[in-house]
Amino acid sequence: MPLEPSEVKHIASLARIGLTDDEIKMFGEQLSQILEQFEVLNELDTTGVAPTGHASGLQTIMREDLAADSLDSEDVLKNAPRREGEFFRVNAVLEE
Amino acid sequence: MPELNWLSIEDAHAQLTSRQISSVELTQACLDRIDAVEDRIQSFLTLTPESALTQAEQADRMLAAGEGGPLTGIPVQIKDVMCTEGVPTTCASRMLENFVPVYNATAVEKLMAQGAVMLGKGNMDEFAMGSSCENSAFHPTHNPWDLDRVPGGSSGGAAASVASGETIYALGSDTGGSVRQPASLCGVVGLKPTYGLVSRYGLIAFASSLDQIGPVGRSVMDCALTLNAIAGHDPRDATSVKREPVDYAASLGQDIKGLRLGVPEEYFVDGMDPGTRQAIDAAVAVLEGLGASVRPVSLPTTRYALACYYIIAPSECSANLARYDGVKYGYSYQDTDDMWEAMEKTREYGFGPEVTRRVMLGTYALSSGYYDAYYLKAQQARTLIRQDFDRVFQDVDALVTPTSPVTAFKIGEKVSDPVQMYLIDVCTLPVNIAGLPGLSVPCGFSEGLPVGMQLIGPHFSEETLLRTAHAYEAATEWSAARPEI
Repeated sequence: MPLEPSEVKHIASLARIGLTDDEIKMFGEQLSQILEQFEVLNELDTTGVAPTGHASGLQTIMREDLAADSLDSEDVLKNAPRREGEFFRVNAVLEE
Repeated sequence: MPELNWLSIEDAHAQLTSRQISSVELTQACLDRIDAVEDRIQSFLTLTPESALTQAEQADRMLAAGEGGPLTGIPVQIKDVMCTEGVPTTCASRMLENFVPVYNATAVEKLMAQGAVMLGKGNMDEFAMGSSCENSAFHPTHNPWDLDRVPGGSSGGAAASVASGETIYALGSDTGGSVRQPASLCGVVGLKPTYGLVSRYGLIAFASSLDQIGPVGRSVMDCALTLNAIAGHDPRDATSVKREPVDYAASLGQDIKGLRLGVPEEYFVDGMDPGTRQAIDAAVAVLEGLGASVRPVSLPTTRYALACYYIIAPSECSANLARYDGVKYGYSYQDTDDMWEAMEKTREYGFGPEVTRRVMLGTYALSSGYYDAYYLKAQQARTLIRQDFDRVFQDVDALVTPTSPVTAFKIGEKVSDPVQMYLIDVCTLPVNIAGLPGLSVPCGFSEGLPVGMQLIGPHFSEETLLRTAHAYEAATEWSAARPEI
């Protein structure tokens, strides 16, 4: 069963991706086909099984808290779509 | 004398250090080959012939001074998912069409420090999501063995450029098979190292717990020499592992007598190409003839790997790709003053269909109410899949499987059916889930198309895999076969 258009729209809004009506229909069908493939996992008894984070077993890494140079701010801003002086320029976040 | 662009790294290095050839000549031979075939192969997204020749001149000066290493002066293609300072890095996406990195990925930096010559950036599926290179936002790449067919993916450019003699070797990346599967489909060697062996710094993130950079070459030795150059701990990647450096080329040439190999029945799936099955069976017989013992083994959790992968990878992808908001770099929709509209339009126009599909899928799997049922369940399945491998590696040193259940398919054949496309990676995904090393080496042909054999070993068993593949390669002629273009 395809996902409801309202469900697809909800996911798209969480992901902040605009979709056309055709895409909403297409993803509703495709996502449900893929989700059906996931049902096989219900066969697995995972009671008490610890989830895997790092696949070759590394644990949390600690290092000395030393100051070091990072990228130059001019370099950081080099690919900015819009800048103003030393800053990225963005649309207004807070409404009046 | 064969054309210089077909030399192995080993032979090129010998001829460069003895001054029989110069790096400029070697680089020019690759550029001439690119001129001759690239309009049909289309393995590059960006070509950098001028800087390549400048780097070749620098390499020649290093070589004249007796400096450098095994890769000095040798041309390489870099998959366009790795940051290259001053050279566009697009990830084959409209989102990064105009992105020019201000630093090099660690793996690239290590090659450049040795005096490598970069020919350009390799085509790929957008953000490394795909198995055919058809998801590139710019153009598909063609398989050198049959131009109507895909080269595999996502590192399709890497495999096609190496197989067609456009470059000596290439760097790819492998999240679910993206180095090994195209290597298999193009008849070259590809290695996915153990998770954590090669730094991911500057590798544009897709699924951070699965991504690994790996070499593509025309021989096992070329992959070993490349791995020597790129492996090692990097403080800029907290997931990279501290280990004593290993010379991966040193054990090549040693025999494999007494090596214990397992053949997992679950990797010979329904719908597998019969010619691929025959080629793998024959390859197993060759390995036995070389003194390895072979036994059937079982990895029952294999049937859960696809679902596990397609929950974990899109979930991590949806988190990683949240950074493309049109503010700091990349494509930015400007025709509105509304912040949310700008962000939604930026991502709608910047991402192609497969990337959008995976971001949506991952967002769904991580969303409120579904996290335990999908992401947590998949991470637990991941533990069971790892334990399955741990168990068989108590009895065998490595596993032998097909790399791909099918050979190269026609361009356009599967692109509209995501589930069919995902099934292509069924033999390679479990390796990334468990963080293991995997290698694909050519092992024959099925109806004129290359077949690859995959070797899988325990964590950090690259030496065993390379030694085994090298012994196999030396006993057969497959790696010497070249496509007629």
